[in-house]
Amino acid sequence: MGTLADLISSTLVFSVALIFAALGGVFSERSGVFNIGLEGMMTAGAFGAAIASFYMETDGGATTSSPWVGLIAGVACGLVFALLHAYATVSLKADQTIVGVVINILAVAVTLYLVKIIFEGAGDTAQLQQVFAKWPIPLLSDIPFLGRAFFNSYPTTYIAYILVPVSSYLLFRTPFGLRLRSVGEHPGAADTVGINVTKYRYIGVLISGALAGLGGATITLTTTSNFSHSTISGQGFIAIAALIFGRWNPYGVFGAAFFFGMAQALRNFLTRFEFSQSIPTEFLYMLPYILTLIVLAGAVGKSVRGPAAAGEAYDPSKR
Amino acid sequence: MNKAAEIFNKPSTYIPFIAIVLGLLCGGIVMWIGGYDPLEAYGALWQTVFGTKYDFGETIVAITPILFTGLAVGFAFRAGIFNIGADGQYIIGMTAATFIGLKVHLPAFIHAPLALIVGMLCGALWGALVGWLKAYRGVNEVISAIMLNWIALYLSNYILSDFLVKKGEQKTPNIDESASLSIGWLKDFMEGARMDWGIWIGLLCVAIFYVLLWRTKQGYELRAVGHNADAAKAAGINIKASFIKTMMISGAFAGLGGVFSVLGVFHYQVVQAASAGYGFDGIAVALLGGNHPVGILLGAILFGGLTYGSAGMNFEADVPSEIVRIVIGSIIFFVASHGLIRTVIQPLFKKRKSRERKGADMNGNVG
Repeated sequence: MGTLADLISSTLVFSVALIFAALGGVFSERSGVFNIGLEGMMTAGAFGAAIASFYMETDGGATTSSPWVGLIAGVACGLVFALLHAYATVSLKADQTIVGVVINILAVAVTLYLVKIIFEGAGDTAQLQQVFAKWPIPLLSDIPFLGRAFFNSYPTTYIAYILVPVSSYLLFRTPFGLRLRSVGEHPGAADTVGINVTKYRYIGVLISGALAGLGGATITLTTTSNFSHSTISGQGFIAIAALIFGRWNPYGVFGAAFFFGMAQALRNFLTRFEFSQSIPTEFLYMLPYILTLIVLAGAVGKSVRGPAAAGEAYDPSKR
Repeated sequence: MNKAAEIFNKPSTYIPFIAIVLGLLCGGIVMWIGGYDPLEAYGALWQTVFGTKYDFGETIVAITPILFTGLAVGFAFRAGIFNIGADGQYIIGMTAATFIGLKVHLPAFIHAPLALIVGMLCGALWGALVGWLKAYRGVNEVISAIMLNWIALYLSNYILSDFLVKKGEQKTPNIDESASLSIGWLKDFMEGARMDWGIWIGLLCVAIFYVLLWRTKQGYELRAVGHNADAAKAAGINIKASFIKTMMISGAFAGLGGVFSVLGVFHYQVVQAASAGYGFDGIAVALLGGNHPVGILLGAILFGGLTYGSAGMNFEADVPSEIVRIVIGSIIFFVASHGLIRTVIQPLFKKRKSRERKGADMNGNVG
């Protein structure tokens, strides 16, 4: 049981960033805006966290508050790119896929450009001294098995525990959520009853940027402790997969992201066992992606359909 | 009005040009903020691309792979599929070509074509998998292609490290001379730049792209599906077959890109931790080129030139090479946000407003 608990615990480390980013994707796509740019927004978040924490450390000495400042900076950096995304796709009615691709290109380029300027030519930021440590939750972490698996983790994990039900509540139990979803399903009808389509789409995209930034910051502050070109390498796209896999639903997204995280944790985990010697490591790396394909291909018949109006700019004249 | 002026006055034609200017301007501003001299940097870029025959040849080497992936993405776009998987198809094509180049020993007149065709076919099949999953299993092509990109990377690494690479090394030995698609005399002429058949076959593919889509019945069907899959289905077009066909052709283009990178340029393949990202650059190229083969060619020339030139900017003007990615990103941003450009230059084109409206959907508008 102890090893299984450890597996879950290390799964959570890999999953949390995906959960944040994919949750962001839920808000954006539910409001009717595809967000291929999650990868870029995560990159921005990882960069913001690394830089802000670095300055906190050099200016104020290493304090325990510096990773929190980093986390907030990550959110802010994600928001900057989300704003660009929203302006282009909602206000200028640009193609959402294209803008997402642009965000990915720009975020990587701008952050590395700044890193090279700030660190005088180096391709990565200095290693942070103060990052998040594991916080065992009093009482809960003493529960056999569950405590070790779920309640002995980084603070960001607990934020994810809170954000998933909160997102679900927001989306499905509040007027705000109803409006956001209606804008994504049928903007024309929503507009007719007086819902401001532009406003809700901006909100959807901005939330996605904030959450993706949070996800990127999480990776810097719990896994890598610095930022380089490879800090975010494909997690944003996996988050998109988790988003579709989880059917645009916060709990589904949590499950899907957990699944991807577990597949990642599994490959480190399996090396502990004798039998894994006979499996080429590349196949362990492939495992999560193959499993996803099999599951999705098996799910034929059931509707795997996103919000109806996602992908199209809203044009009142075509109502 | 004569025909040339007419073409230029279509928004789909002039917008990329304005976008390029604005993109370079953005890059200049970013450099200026970072404390660099934009003029010196762009001068260095120009010098790097056109300075010597060697540099010019190497620029063509940089153009070739993104021309192929650009064609792959553009072709699929035309038929209503967003092929984000060109990356994986590229890797699979490359690995298949390396395998044939190393493991099969044949005379040159058959060896090189065989490696090329096998690489192309493997890319096509990898693409077809996406089409099949979409057509028969209802899997969203974006998600399956992203998964297949990673699977392709690791599958390729497995094939390389277990069959082709010597223990303890990261790259394969060179392929047999008989499988090489380099052009020796052209290489000598270009002062040693790695010239190969890639760019010529690429140009041929530009023509094939056009003929297939606009001059054949099949192509008409593919475009019909791209415009409106439901209407195409109602008209009796087999849209499932069309998805698979589209992705096969798209994958073949991307696979060819990988083939030439091994057989023409490097002659060996390296075990990679992450892909080189040519598939994603292909998306950018296709978007800039408005998914038209000639536009894609021009887009590939521009991005290939900028990418190769960025090394010189870094070397001579000390500007981080990322600036070129910022320029590329900005250019696509302005192409996508053509509404912005149109508002700004509307007064200039007021008289031609009616024509403009007719062409308004021509630009990058995909299903």
